[in-house]
Amino acid sequence: MNAASSGPRALTLRILRSSPTEGIAPHWQDFHVEEAEGMTLFIALNEVRETLDPALQFDFVCRAGICGSCGMLINGKPGLACRSLTRDLGALITLAPLPVFELIGDLSVNTGKWMRGTAERLETWIHSSQEVDLTAVETPMEPELAEAIYELDRCIECGCCVAGCGTLRMREEFVGAIGLNKIARFRLDPRDERSDDDFYQLIGDDTGVFGCMSLLACHDVCPKGLPLQTQIAFLRRKMAASGA
Amino acid sequence: MDSSFDSSGIARPLAPVRPLPEAAARQAQAVPLRVRKSRWPARLDLLQSASGLFLALFLVGHMFFVSSILISKDAFYAVARFFEGAYFLAEPRPWLVSGVVGLVLTVFVAHAWLAMRKFPANFRQYKVFAEHKAQLRHGDTGLWWIQLWTGFALFFLGTVHLYGMLTQPELIGPYESADRIWTGNMWPLYLLLLFAVEVHGSIGLYRLALKWGWLEGRDPAATRRRLRVAKTAFSVFFLGLGLASLLAYVQLGIAHADKAGERYVPQRAAAVKLGELEFAVSRRPGG
Ligand code: HEM
Ligand code: SF4
Ligand code: SF4
Ligand code: FES
Repeated sequence: MNAASSGPRALTLRILRSSPTEGIAPHWQDFHVEEAEGMTLFIALNEVRETLDPALQFDFVCRAGICGSCGMLINGKPGLACRSLTRDLGALITLAPLPVFELIGDLSVNTGKWMRGTAERLETWIHSSQEVDLTAVETPMEPELAEAIYELDRCIECGCCVAGCGTLRMREEFVGAIGLNKIARFRLDPRDERSDDDFYQLIGDDTGVFGCMSLLACHDVCPKGLPLQTQIAFLRRKMAASGA
Repeated sequence: MDSSFDSSGIARPLAPVRPLPEAAARQAQAVPLRVRKSRWPARLDLLQSASGLFLALFLVGHMFFVSSILISKDAFYAVARFFEGAYFLAEPRPWLVSGVVGLVLTVFVAHAWLAMRKFPANFRQYKVFAEHKAQLRHGDTGLWWIQLWTGFALFFLGTVHLYGMLTQPELIGPYESADRIWTGNMWPLYLLLLFAVEVHGSIGLYRLALKWGWLEGRDPAATRRRLRVAKTAFSVFFLGLGLASLLAYVQLGIAHADKAGERYVPQRAAAVKLGELEFAVSRRPGG
C-alpha cells in the first residue's frame, strides 16, 4: 500500500540471450529498469531495447493480447508479455523464449512455422463438397452455435499451451492442445462435412488425442482462457467411441 | 474432401524427432494414402482407463476387508474365510482366493503394460520432462510425475505382494498374516506398497475423471477443485486406514512371534451372525 512512499521498484530482467545464426550460445543477461505505473513486460522490454541494448530481439504486434506474437516463458511459465503486469511479478523477472518452436534469437521464436505445420497436418479448414457462391448470402447459423464456434476460434496461436504441455515437450510429434482445440472447432462447424471417422484419421492415435496425459497445463496457461480441458475430454470420448 | 493422410509421425516411429513443420509439410504434400487408421489406440486408451478403474475399485474393497482386523481377529478371520467360499460351499476353498488374485494380477500386468507407453522412452525425454516440471511448477504436471514414480514402484512392490497371495491363499488369517508381516519381514514392503498404491490410485482416479470429462457439470473449474479435494481426502483416508491396519498386524505379529506359524482358531468356534444369515466360520480350509 505504501509503494508510492518507498519509490518505484528497481526491476531486474534476466533474459536468456542467444542467436543461432550468429552462433551465440544461450546465456543469461541482466537488465535493470525502473518500474513505472501500470508497466507491462512489453513496456519494460521496449525500455531495455531503447535505452540499454538495441539488439535485443523479441516480438510484439498488438500489445493487447490479440496477435499472439509475444508469448515467452515468464519466470518459467508460458505467458503473453503484453498482458503481464510487472507489479504482479517479483523484482527479479526471468524471461526465456518459448521452447518447442524454432528459435530466431533471444526471446523471438517462429511460432508461425509450427502453427502452419499443424494446420496442414490437421487440415484445419472447412472441408465441403459444395461449390462456394461468393455472391450469395451466407446460410444463417443458430446464434448459440455461432457463439460456441467463436468461443473456440478465440485461440490466438500464441503457443503458450504448446510450451506448457509436458507431453509435447517429451514427444514433439504430439499435436498439442491447440491442434485438438482446432479439431473441436471444425467438428462443431456445420459447413464442415467431415465425420468423426474422418477426424479419427487425423487425431485417433498417441500423437493425437490419446497421447494427451491430462496434465492440463495447456488449460491453465492459455492466456485466452480457452476451455481446453473440457474440449480435449469431449474429443477423447468422441474419438474413443469412433475407434472402439 | 475427406481426410486421407495416413497417421502422422506414428507411421514412422523410429524416425528421429524433427521440428513439426517440416514433418507436417511433407505430410501435406504426400500422395494421399487410403490407409485406415488402426482402432487400437482408442481401445488401448479405454483399456488403460478401465484397468486403472478396476484396480482402484478393487483397492477400495481390499482396504476395507483388510482393516477388519481393527474390529477383531474373528472379524478378519470371517472375511478371509468368506473369500474362500466358506459360507456357500461345503468347505472353504482357498483356490478361490487364488482365482481372484490371478484376475487382479492379470489386470495389474495389463495396466502396467499399457501405462508403460506413457513412461519417458529415453533419457532425453526423461530429462526434458524433469526440467519442464521444475520450471513450470504446475500442480497437475507434478502429479503426473508422482504417478509415474509410484507406478514404477508398484511394478515391484505390487508383484511381490500379489505373488504371495496367489501362492499361499490359505495363509490369510489373523495369526497367519501377522506372522508374515512381522516374523516374515513383509512389513517394510507393505509400508512402501501402501503409500505407493494409495497415492497412485487417488491421482489415477482424479485424472480419470478429468481425462474423460466425468462429473464436469456446469462449472468444470469448480469440479476440478472439488475433485482435487476428493483426491487428497481419498489418499489421507486410505493411508490412515492402511497404517492403522498395518500397525495392528505388526503388534499382533510381535505378540505372536514366539508362536509364529501357529494357525488361528476363532474364539467362538460355533457360528457368527452376519446380516441375516448364520455362517459357520469354524470350518478350516482343508479340514
Ligand atoms: C505395475 C503397476 C502399475 C504401474 C506401472 C502403473 C502406472 C501408471 C501410469 C504411468 C499411469 C498414468 C498413465 C497416463 O498418464 O495416461 C497410470 C494410470 C492409472 N493407474 Fe496405474 N500403475 C500401476 C498399478 C496401478 C494400481 C495397482 C492401481 C490401482 C489402485 C492403478 C490405478 C491407476 C488409475 C486409476 C490410472 C488412471 C488411468 C488413466 O489415466 O487412464 N494403477 N498408472
Ligand atoms: S489455445 Fe490458448 S494458449 Fe494455445 S495457442 Fe491458442 S490462445 Fe494460445
Ligand atoms: S492436457 Fe496436458 S497433455 Fe493434454 S494437451 Fe494439455 S498440457 Fe498437453
Ligand atoms: S503483442 Fe499481440 S498478443 Fe502480445
